[in-house]
Amino acid sequence: MSDRVYADYNATAPLRDEARSAMIGAMDAVGNPSSVHGAGREARALIEMARRQVAGLIGAAPQSVVFTSGGTEASALALKGCGRSRIITSAIEHEAVLAAVPEAVRLPVDAQGVLDLDALQAALSGGGADCLVSVQWANNETGVLQPIDRIAEIAHEHGALFHSDAVQAAGKIPVDMKAAGVDLLSLSAHKMGGPAGVGALVVREGLDLKAVQSGGGQEKGRRSGTENKIGIIGFGAAAEASLAALEDWSRVSALRDRFDAAVRKAGNGARIFSSGAARLPNTSCVSISGARGETQVIAMDLAGIAVSSGSACSSGKVRPSHVLDAMDPGSPDAETAIRVSIGWETTEEDIDRLVAAWCDLYNRSSADQQ
Amino acid sequence: MTAHTLNSLGIAKAPKDTRVVVAMSGGVDSSVTAALMAEQGYDVVGITLQLYDHGAALAKKGACCAGLDIHDARNVADALGFPHYVLDYESRFRQEVIDDFADSYLRGETPIPCVRCNQTVKFRDLLATARELQADVLCTGHYVRRIEGENGAELHRAIDPQKDQSYFLFATTREQLDFLRFPLGGMEKEETREHARRFGLAIADKPDSQDICFVPNGRYAELVEKLRPGAAEPGEIVHLDGTVLGRHKGIIHYTIGQRKGLGIGGRRDEDGNPDTDALYVVRLDPAASKVVVGPREALGREIVYVDQLNWLGDALPGEAGIPIEVKLRSATRPATARIYSDSEGRGRILLDTPQHGIARGQAAVFYTPGESTRVLGGGWITGTEESAAAA
Repeated sequence: MSDRVYADYNATAPLRDEARSAMIGAMDAVGNPSSVHGAGREARALIEMARRQVAGLIGAAPQSVVFTSGGTEASALALKGCGRSRIITSAIEHEAVLAAVPEAVRLPVDAQGVLDLDALQAALSGGGADCLVSVQWANNETGVLQPIDRIAEIAHEHGALFHSDAVQAAGKIPVDMKAAGVDLLSLSAHKMGGPAGVGALVVREGLDLKAVQSGGGQEKGRRSGTENKIGIIGFGAAAEASLAALEDWSRVSALRDRFDAAVRKAGNGARIFSSGAARLPNTSCVSISGARGETQVIAMDLAGIAVSSGSACSSGKVRPSHVLDAMDPGSPDAETAIRVSIGWETTEEDIDRLVAAWCDLYNRSSADQQ
Repeated sequence: MTAHTLNSLGIAKAPKDTRVVVAMSGGVDSSVTAALMAEQGYDVVGITLQLYDHGAALAKKGACCAGLDIHDARNVADALGFPHYVLDYESRFRQEVIDDFADSYLRGETPIPCVRCNQTVKFRDLLATARELQADVLCTGHYVRRIEGENGAELHRAIDPQKDQSYFLFATTREQLDFLRFPLGGMEKEETREHARRFGLAIADKPDSQDICFVPNGRYAELVEKLRPGAAEPGEIVHLDGTVLGRHKGIIHYTIGQRKGLGIGGRRDEDGNPDTDALYVVRLDPAASKVVVGPREALGREIVYVDQLNWLGDALPGEAGIPIEVKLRSATRPATARIYSDSEGRGRILLDTPQHGIARGQAAVFYTPGESTRVLGGGWITGTEESAAAA
């Protein structure tokens, strides 16, 4: 047993064995997938295999998959390459979307973090032919799931396109792009046990996507730049392993529920965000009244437990969560929450330690406030 | 439970069981502080405060708390193997320090934001966070000494008079002092630099910070104008004798005792010789937006009033008063005086000889007279009077 507990899967997940061995195997092979010679063709074949593996995870055709440097680039490509001038998104999107389209309409969510569908209808009431609706499948902070089928339906009724950032959902819950009617879907490898630095935008067949960066015309001209071969191969292996292991998340979900139960038992100074809605099986966003989230994260870290709060910028500074603020505007709880996100390597013992450390923190904090 | 003798921080625990939060600015002093604590085996936790948006200020060597300094602090922690965290104090720093700084200038005062910062974000908020993290003490790299006296912790000047920062720490309360430690107070600056080289800290030769951290270019008035647009009203520059000598762009550009940069020069004497009576800013009148100038003699003051008195001596001076030495600016030598206090936290300082250039908004910091290094506290200067006779 490791002496540290890792409960920050939504930030990045541990590398899956399948991804590690696939990448190690690929490291010694030279060959640019665009080259004509044998080495090039071998590289090309490996990338095409990865493309099938990734497509398989989300119910898409392999040729729909455009590999990118990660989720952020995938979303930027969708938002800027879709050819639609008006973007309608939600108030709780990841910065990868919000910062890419600062001018976008941001639809409100309810207290559970679920998109207000009436507001979506209203935003599209004047017609949606020039619109792209961009709503994430699952939220990174609370784990709340959006009614993706309904959003796709409403968008399409008005002639709008629908993009979903599925970075947190893919690999944790079934994601079927075709069945849900999603036109564009963002993925990231390192959230599902692949390496960081690789992701994909999946583009529904028949949809025209304009490249954002020009160059050698890789990825059918939709994303130029020599393919990150090793990363893509790791991504493919992680996607395949994630699909095979989807059932394992019911075990993870039970562990998360054990943590939530301990939180509920602790007292009314604690609050679990989005607990009244459908959530990812691995995420719990919990506030302790009066205790700053960043201090809680530090205290947990000093106790050997890795969790997070808000979204950390590159300096390590933690900003108050725009997600929690959108769910409960003005509530001080937005500054007193931490995110626990677990996964396939999390054990019963990890949860015991997590619960003990959190309860310790809770009790200390409530004692301070008396 | 085994009884421990006191460790080097005065805590009855083994160093490894003593949690020490070190406030790390990224500069040499606080880095050496953290390194020394780690070397002695303490459970060190480094914390750097993000105080303002560094994108807005200039990235400049020599000012404390710059964005780059966060990375320096983190590198030190990584090299020495203890955890380091960044806390976002931007909004409270803005409220407690920057806003106060701007408003103080508009009131015709000369503020000292470093004291406000120590008083609020560092020794109140960071200290509370350190307690939440179950720390036993909070260490800083200030050059000042905390000495355990008969009646509890005392604040003393640093060994190195060139580095002494006691003026900036006068507002430290006894309760805060109990929890604080200043490992560098007994060191010369060169000794600190030697430690930095010994620890292989890449910042060993980094220049000392001089500026107010959030005004890296030193142009205070520009910042005040940005924060309070339109608040700086132009007005007249008037001599004490009533002569109008010129106009100014706002009192925020002036400070009591200032001679250079008045834009009016000295007046000519009867024979037409220039600059025979050098002029100084002797008063700032925010209500009338007036800058009043006069000869150096007009700056002399014998009585200084302070409020928010923080008394660190044994018994309050009261109506009988006690003899002290007092520093009325960070860079001046202490002057002998007598201090009297009331029950509302106000003080009256009677100087033995008149002092010049005393500005509202600055601090009066008290020391035990003579050879003692003890800091007796201080207060914020609210007003002055020319002579005891006038009072």
